Amino acid sequence: MRYHPLTADDRALMLKKIGIGAIDDLFADVPAGKLFTEPMDLPAGQSEIAVERALSAMARKNHAAGDGPFFLGAGAYRHHVPATVDHLIQRSEFLTSYTPYQAEISQGTLQVLFEFQTQVARLTGMEVANASMYDGSTAAAEAVMMAARLTKRGKAVVSGGIHPQYRDVIATVSTGVTFDMAPADWTGTEDIVARIDKDTACVVVQSPSFYGHLVDLRPIAKAAHEAGALLVSVFTEPVALGAIEPPGAMGADIVVGEGQGIGNSLNFGGPYVGLFATTKKHVRQMPGRLSGETTDADGKRGFALTLSTREQHIRRDKATSNICTNSGLCALAFTIHMTLLGEKGLSRLAALNHERACATADALARAGVEVLNETFFNEFTVRVKGDAAARVEKAASEGIIAGLPVSRLDPSAPGDLIVVAATELTTDDDIAALVGALEG
Amino acid sequence: MGENEMAASKTFTGNQALRIQEPLIFEVGHNGQTGVDVPEPAAHTSRLGALGRKTPIDLPGLTEPETMRHYVRLSRQNYAIDLGLYPLGSCTMKHNPRLNEKMARLPGFGDIHPLQPLSTVPGALELMKTLSSWLLKMTDMKAVALSPKAGAQGELAGMMAIRAAIAAKGETRGTVLVPESAHGTNPATAAALGYKVEGIKARADGTVSVEAVKEKLGPHVAAIMLTNPNTCGLFEPEAAAIADAIHEAGAYFYGDGANFNAIVGKVKPGSIGVDAMHINLHKTFSTPHGGGGPGSGPVVLSERLAPFAPVPFFRGDELVERVEDAAGGEMPFGRLTAFHGQMGMYVRAMAYMMSHGSDGLKQASEDAVLSANYIKASLADLMSVAFPDRPAMHEVLFDDRFLKDTGITTLDFAKAMIDEGFHPMTMYFPLVVPGAMLIEPTESESLASLDIFIAALRDLAMAAKRGDTERFTEAPRYAPRRRLDETKGARKPVLTYEAPQPVLDAAE
Repeated sequence: MRYHPLTADDRALMLKKIGIGAIDDLFADVPAGKLFTEPMDLPAGQSEIAVERALSAMARKNHAAGDGPFFLGAGAYRHHVPATVDHLIQRSEFLTSYTPYQAEISQGTLQVLFEFQTQVARLTGMEVANASMYDGSTAAAEAVMMAARLTKRGKAVVSGGIHPQYRDVIATVSTGVTFDMAPADWTGTEDIVARIDKDTACVVVQSPSFYGHLVDLRPIAKAAHEAGALLVSVFTEPVALGAIEPPGAMGADIVVGEGQGIGNSLNFGGPYVGLFATTKKHVRQMPGRLSGETTDADGKRGFALTLSTREQHIRRDKATSNICTNSGLCALAFTIHMTLLGEKGLSRLAALNHERACATADALARAGVEVLNETFFNEFTVRVKGDAAARVEKAASEGIIAGLPVSRLDPSAPGDLIVVAATELTTDDDIAALVGALEG
Repeated sequence: MGENEMAASKTFTGNQALRIQEPLIFEVGHNGQTGVDVPEPAAHTSRLGALGRKTPIDLPGLTEPETMRHYVRLSRQNYAIDLGLYPLGSCTMKHNPRLNEKMARLPGFGDIHPLQPLSTVPGALELMKTLSSWLLKMTDMKAVALSPKAGAQGELAGMMAIRAAIAAKGETRGTVLVPESAHGTNPATAAALGYKVEGIKARADGTVSVEAVKEKLGPHVAAIMLTNPNTCGLFEPEAAAIADAIHEAGAYFYGDGANFNAIVGKVKPGSIGVDAMHINLHKTFSTPHGGGGPGSGPVVLSERLAPFAPVPFFRGDELVERVEDAAGGEMPFGRLTAFHGQMGMYVRAMAYMMSHGSDGLKQASEDAVLSANYIKASLADLMSVAFPDRPAMHEVLFDDRFLKDTGITTLDFAKAMIDEGFHPMTMYFPLVVPGAMLIEPTESESLASLDIFIAALRDLAMAAKRGDTERFTEAPRYAPRRRLDETKGARKPVLTYEAPQPVLDAAE
């Protein structure tokens, strides 16, 4: 086996040194009859050529996003990732290192995380950010639990504009919290403020919403704060924050989001990178790892994981979260891409995304497809004639990925809605193909 | 001033040949600089309404060559498996084959969207089903939930299935038993679900007795969370009896699979009586740790728990994505994450498993166990083995008794290992022995590599005993940084970059 350096001679020598006759002597503590001596009912090992051939055949059965016109968003976005990003994250020293507990030999990872935290804080308009969560949906659930701890209240008001699967994750994971879930809001007209009361720990609002509407968070933040509640702001498309006012500037107390759209591929849903930002005064209730600046014994600046007394490996059952592994390598990809972009590149990229979406929406509207949004960034909702899922399925059979039929995720929503996203990769030809698939 | 710093001061730049200091991007980048040529958007009417960005972002950029150099320089300040032995106990830092990276990046896996029509992704579903079937055969379990994003979320999934099963029986059970040697995620997970956590003391030999478990059992106990092999590196000899006792009391057996690498192809957790166990694909199946993630923590379930698996799950060939679509006795407890979990990790793990095959997987476990015991046998005369009477599994636990009266701590010893070119072992964990040093070599090391590691540790142990204290207390001397002041970091945390204050403010 090409990955196993020990030879049969090595093994014999090692058994001798240990003072035993056979490897199974080391498994003497396995209860009688439970040591498995037959080979497992699995195929034999294969060469690199054979594995590559088999997996490539499997991969070829899938329609890749780059194979044709592509308009899916709904929480995962197809952006161009510069070649530099993927090269750098495959550096051995980043790819094959562990959590940076030994700070002296982990300064690379720790400085990257410090840069990541700073970038996320600035992008969201918040004071601090952690070193990443699993993804946007789990970050949202953690934010709800954090708000409950901070306010010592037990109810979360959740907007109907939130991604339906995020809503399900929050409801599943946030133990000890009750929910006031607003109905699905595809028109972007809900009155979430009316649901806030004195028991509300937090109100959870997504902007741009799942349906693409931009939400003015300021009146919601004001109402929440007057009721002693916190505003948890959610986003699924980080590129949007290059073009829209950040949640931190509109009064959000905790900002969570999906960072995949910067630096990371679609990957059929994971691994992605959860972004989590808040204010300094709440930092000790924040979940997840944090890299902090400090000095070494010679007075040189360095970085180390800090405030770990919040975390499970120190606090065990008193920890703020059970999270351990984060999404370090995806955070690195985010940071490298963001460094390549800078404010200038990000603003331009966001503007281009918006323009492509405007062009798509206008072309659809001209063809008689109803666009429900007054405002949007790079994603909006349309109403088609007939069953949206059938239409998307038919388009797919013609090589066009036309968007998400809302009913796939939310059976309570009408069956004729499609969420359509455009990015910098959307061409005029793609738009023409989409119009052909959705009109009439 | 240390020797290292004196050498550094001899250069104008502070660099030392290949060791180059690198500032933060916020100190070298500019908001007007970019390394991406984005085309100018065509004229259009904005639909951002009143919410267009007015607040500046203040994000510096770098051109491509500057970005490349910045992150390559940073990478060189990291230790890595590809550089040397990384014996972190319970973390399984084994070789990460690059074939796996290549496969995960095939457009048919890397460039597919989780919400594409399922008819356009049959190969992705096939991969998920194949991975599921391999995991079930290795563990002799009934069902698998692939979606948990990491080990801790796998624990959460397993414990939520247990909670749902108990609720379905109309019972309320509020206590979870957790041995003191468990990973911190175990009690944290149980507590996050509202359970009271009750500890179980290990015997003097480092294992849990069925009597100790029985003493705590009762109608209030929902489950035991038992890592096997445990974090002392020992196989729990009474695991099957513990499972029987747990089941007799109407409770469930959660098996933490963090240490599965010791027993693949040797012991099937299902045959021991485990009801739920997460499998860290980033440990046992070699998906890269990436500086702390991403991980992947599929959880396998027994027949009793299978109906409660979260969405998404497979019903035959069909992927069930919504709780509302449950049918025929399925009672999914909910959804743990958007989409389908860590597909990129499924591909890597699958490539690893197919490369190894049935024999190779078993060989990997045997070599991992053999290597740990070889280290134990080679160091037992100089270092104190915490539990010498039982064979070690894939990791061996030492304590700090051999450092008694030397003035050298486990931390000092670990930092001296850095100077010798090794990553330290896991320190001060598990908590059940003083000054724990948990060494896990994995199956990826050659005999020559193990021998030089052993020789280095022997040299360090002898140096400690003969009073060569500075070698330890001053260590590391040759790393990119000397010891970092971690308490300062925690007292007044600096978590984001802030531009330097004007001199008057800074002079306080």
